[in-house]
Amino acid sequence: MSMINLTINGIPCQTPKGTTILQAARGNGIHVPSLCHLKDVHKYGTCRICVVEQVGAKNLQASCMVEAQEGMEIYTHSERVRKARKTLYQLMISDHNKNCLSCLRNQDCELQALGRELAVQDDPYAGDEPYHGLVDVSESITRDTTKCILCRRCVTVCNEIQTVSVLNAQNRGFDTKIAPVTGMKLGDTNCSFCGQCVAVCPTGALSSTVHEDRVWKALESHKHVIVQTAPAVRVAIGECFGLEPGTIQTGRMVAALRQMGFYRVFDTNWAADLTIMEEGTEFLQRFASVLDGGEATLPMITSCSPGWVKFCENHFPEQLDHLSTCKSPHTMMGAVIKHYYAKKLGLKPEDMFVVSVMPCTAKKTEIARAEMMNDGLPNVDAVLTTRELGDMIRAHGINFLNLPEEEFDNPLGQSTGAADIFGTTGGVMEAALRTVYEIITGRELPFPNLHVSPIVGLEEIKEATIKLENVKPEWSNAEGFEVKIAVTSGLRGARKLMEQVEAGTSPYHFIEVMGCPGGCITGGGQPRTFHINETRKARMEAIYREDEGKPLRKSHENPDIKAFYEDCAGEPGGHWSHEYLHTHYTKRGLFNEMTDEHFVVEKD
Amino acid sequence: MAKINDKYDLSKIKYNYRSEMGRYEHHIYFCAGAGCISCGCADVAKTIQECLGEYNLNSKVKMIETGCIGLCSLGPVMLVMPERTFYVGLSPKNVGKVIKSHFVDGKIAENYCYQDLKTKEYIPCIDDIPFYKDQVRIALQGCGTTEFDKIEAYIATGGYATLHKAITEMTPQQVIDEVKESVLRGRGGGGFPTGVKWQAGHDAVADQKYIVCNADEGDPGAFMDRSIIEGTPHKLIEGIILGGYAIGATKGYVYIRAEYPIAVNRLSKAIDQARAMGLLDEPLFGSDFQFSLEIRIGAGAFVCGEETSLMESIEGHRGEPRQKPPLPFQAGLFGKPTIINNVETFANIPYIIKHGAGGYTRFGRVGAHGTKVFALAGDIVNAGIIEVPIGMPMRNIIENIGGGLIGGKEFKAAQVGGPSGGCITAADIDVPMDYSELIAKGAMMGSGGLIAMSTDTCMVDTARFFMDFVQDESCGKCVACRIGTKRMLEILQRITKGEGKKDDIDRLLELGAVVKDTAMCGLGQTAPNPILSTIRYFRDEYEAHILDHRCPAGRCQALTVFEIDPQACIGCTRCKKHCPTLAITGELKHAHDIDPLLCIGCGACYGSCPVDAIHPTKREEN
Repeated sequence: MSMINLTINGIPCQTPKGTTILQAARGNGIHVPSLCHLKDVHKYGTCRICVVEQVGAKNLQASCMVEAQEGMEIYTHSERVRKARKTLYQLMISDHNKNCLSCLRNQDCELQALGRELAVQDDPYAGDEPYHGLVDVSESITRDTTKCILCRRCVTVCNEIQTVSVLNAQNRGFDTKIAPVTGMKLGDTNCSFCGQCVAVCPTGALSSTVHEDRVWKALESHKHVIVQTAPAVRVAIGECFGLEPGTIQTGRMVAALRQMGFYRVFDTNWAADLTIMEEGTEFLQRFASVLDGGEATLPMITSCSPGWVKFCENHFPEQLDHLSTCKSPHTMMGAVIKHYYAKKLGLKPEDMFVVSVMPCTAKKTEIARAEMMNDGLPNVDAVLTTRELGDMIRAHGINFLNLPEEEFDNPLGQSTGAADIFGTTGGVMEAALRTVYEIITGRELPFPNLHVSPIVGLEEIKEATIKLENVKPEWSNAEGFEVKIAVTSGLRGARKLMEQVEAGTSPYHFIEVMGCPGGCITGGGQPRTFHINETRKARMEAIYREDEGKPLRKSHENPDIKAFYEDCAGEPGGHWSHEYLHTHYTKRGLFNEMTDEHFVVEKD
Repeated sequence: MAKINDKYDLSKIKYNYRSEMGRYEHHIYFCAGAGCISCGCADVAKTIQECLGEYNLNSKVKMIETGCIGLCSLGPVMLVMPERTFYVGLSPKNVGKVIKSHFVDGKIAENYCYQDLKTKEYIPCIDDIPFYKDQVRIALQGCGTTEFDKIEAYIATGGYATLHKAITEMTPQQVIDEVKESVLRGRGGGGFPTGVKWQAGHDAVADQKYIVCNADEGDPGAFMDRSIIEGTPHKLIEGIILGGYAIGATKGYVYIRAEYPIAVNRLSKAIDQARAMGLLDEPLFGSDFQFSLEIRIGAGAFVCGEETSLMESIEGHRGEPRQKPPLPFQAGLFGKPTIINNVETFANIPYIIKHGAGGYTRFGRVGAHGTKVFALAGDIVNAGIIEVPIGMPMRNIIENIGGGLIGGKEFKAAQVGGPSGGCITAADIDVPMDYSELIAKGAMMGSGGLIAMSTDTCMVDTARFFMDFVQDESCGKCVACRIGTKRMLEILQRITKGEGKKDDIDRLLELGAVVKDTAMCGLGQTAPNPILSTIRYFRDEYEAHILDHRCPAGRCQALTVFEIDPQACIGCTRCKKHCPTLAITGELKHAHDIDPLLCIGCGACYGSCPVDAIHPTKREEN
């Protein structure tokens, strides 16, 4: 890598060619404040806070945008720069909703932190506020444009990373707002509710629609409130309490939930093992049918990620047959709790209240879907994001870091390593292959440590070919067959794969899609971070560590799953499963024109 | 239409067109520029045609509709050739008399010619009219004297011969060298040397390069580019093809605003004609260079005149600027090297190539050769389009060409360079109209808007007007411009209402400096200029508003009431009829009076008084 020389604040510095002035400064340990810029995600130059003085340049330069050049002489904190930054900040807050004390992001707000850093003490430019101060609440995401600083991180995420293109700049000048077109509410649009916009919002303008009150209320009620936690939560919840990303906090998390008064603390991982049984069976059925020359839709595509499911319904409504009919693990768990476990305890399903702690915002919309009900009861009653759980633990006065480690409750608490990796991209596919391959060949998946290395990692699209050899006699017609699989995370990758499917050119038999880049580990409900790539990697590695630490690594080996089928559901894909564990999808269309279902919540 | 393959084809067309025109004894160049169209010139044209028939003149007189001839405030106008008699203020009622007198009776209808307001004399010959006398028309050459909708007419004036010369006799580098030597500077606002820009475009290596014509003229009161497109669309096309040839671009776009439907229409017709004759989309004159040209219509955002926003818009995105660098010649349209020039710049190119750099540098001054087109507007008698050698003193433009201020009022200042520019005051009226001289005075050449203001103008209100415009046109991308312009406007608004605060001037200066220093694009970086410039020269007016709650010019309604001088009032009742709030009382032939409590300071009476008996005065606070 060729390096260039420049001086910053009189200090000779080196930086790789092609880096921005901001990167050059930070790489040399010189702090330059910035606001709209978000490393690895968003570089747009709207806030101008990172301006620096470049000797010889007429104007101040936005250091996040301008490439460092050989011989540049930069001053990051000259009087001219400090004055400009302060004025820009004052302009930014001049139309900002300053109800900070009652804002969800109080003391966790990048705008607030910047004001502190710049030592701003007055608001001299307060004047008109844009007319569009609206609060728009959808099942998953709440938008409050009075808190928006138009940094456009969400626009980049929504358009370029997720290719959903719901959020965009509307109007111009002072009236500019970030919103869906024509004043539509988010819940009426083709939003996938992935929440990636929420995860990057520097202020309280975009937040997940909180279910904390629902849960507090339920905990006070006569109901038996049961909580379950997704695999990606345990590797991120520690960040809410100052721990490094990727610190596994399963035991403390369980202990905290128990202290908060939940009747049972179950593990969504149990349901992930169940999902593998159901989804694996479904794939085997489709595969067998195709081998026999029958009609079955391949590639089969995973359906655990509700953001992805809604994206598919909106953008590829004619391709829904490709989706596995399996519900996502936490809704399966909800159905099992209310329609199996309750019975076991001699309780009425309506006396059960199921709370899912998820890394996800889309799950909040998912539980509001009409299909996610059985016998008139929703499978899951509330979804807390990892961030919300962190808030609740704190609000409960629990000293998280001092908690002892505790175990999940049984029987819905035991899981295999295969379930753990549901939290990261490639995990669902690998878990499915661990089981499916063994069913077909009678042998373990032939990869070191059971990791299908080509699909491990954070690339957008990964693929692998698994050759079936020396199969069991009942699978003789699969002998020599090469199963082609693809794994993608993030909706841009999903779009690419779906365009192939739509065009009939998809070479794959089985595809795993997770709606968020990296999978659930960096879902829209996870703690926010300034170092997205590093955090994603750390959480992913933690997930694999958790998997490798388990005595059982394959879903079909989970004894509680076996017991469940014996006790209740019979066999995977059987009658009970179809009633409670499988679902169907809704054609929605790009403008929701194919459905009447909406996800707008009127604020009371 | 036969294709043009070589210079003989061009000569043939030229010859044919000239012989066709030569059959007539007289030609009427009838202005069908946008200004005259809005004055109802279509009806006048119809009447002329009828008259020509009525007087059996059809074989003798040929009427040709042309583009803008310049003197817009007196439209509709026509020029009769070969006598060069210029008739102004035509209407369907009077034009019959003019035709009869001129062509039947053989007498110039003097009463319908240009009248010098000072000497009261009528000046029939266009060349003797002060408005035209000092002008040098290069970019505007042919504008007003060429049939805009016939490619043959353009070819007959030597059009496309320059292109032929360049393609067959010159290398692209030679074309660039010629432009470099001419020291032509960009006429759109920035004033960057065109030859240098083209060299960068030429030197850029890419599989595809683009050349773009910026016709998104958006400054209030500016209509130079529009006149060029409407009057001589083919000249623009020739200039763009020459540019494409020079830099090696095979594809060009003209980005033109939707508010210019006539220009769009005439230009697309011209492009079709050029295409039909093989000048577009086919190898030119037997060479292997071929060029295609498309129009892209803007949706009405001022910011799209900024080159990076313009490219975003062409690409189909929201019109917002991109950070520079990279400059367009490095990564422009669709990420490819792109050269963007303004209409007027391109309109100069054929002349430069035809006459050589030396022919062009005869005009103007060192460092800024050639001519500049200005749109004269405001309180000026001869509002319209003019082209003068760069460096002409502004006094010459205001007093001679412009004919002074309406009503003989005193000149106070001129806003030069549109909303990005600044004002030139009466003290500086002798400033040479040159890039550097104007910048030294806090204004800028810009695209050539020149708005003359009389002493009746309030400079705070003027700054407010431009800030209102700019904040309305801000794209909203960067904080500095989006919120900064809004807050500056709010401060100006309260000052003009008499609610200004003591530190408002300092606040404006501070805010202006930061917005200039930090905004992303040229729109924001220049947005504070009108404020900074008016504070620089008219700080006392700001102070009068803020400290005395008084508008010295009597234009700020909230601070002004009008009063009638009873000695001067003749009791004509005109003001009384105009007053919207019935504040004026008085009997016919007796002095009138204005009730200050009812007066809203609108100035309707002031404008209506025939004897100058009404004056603005400070509104007393209760």
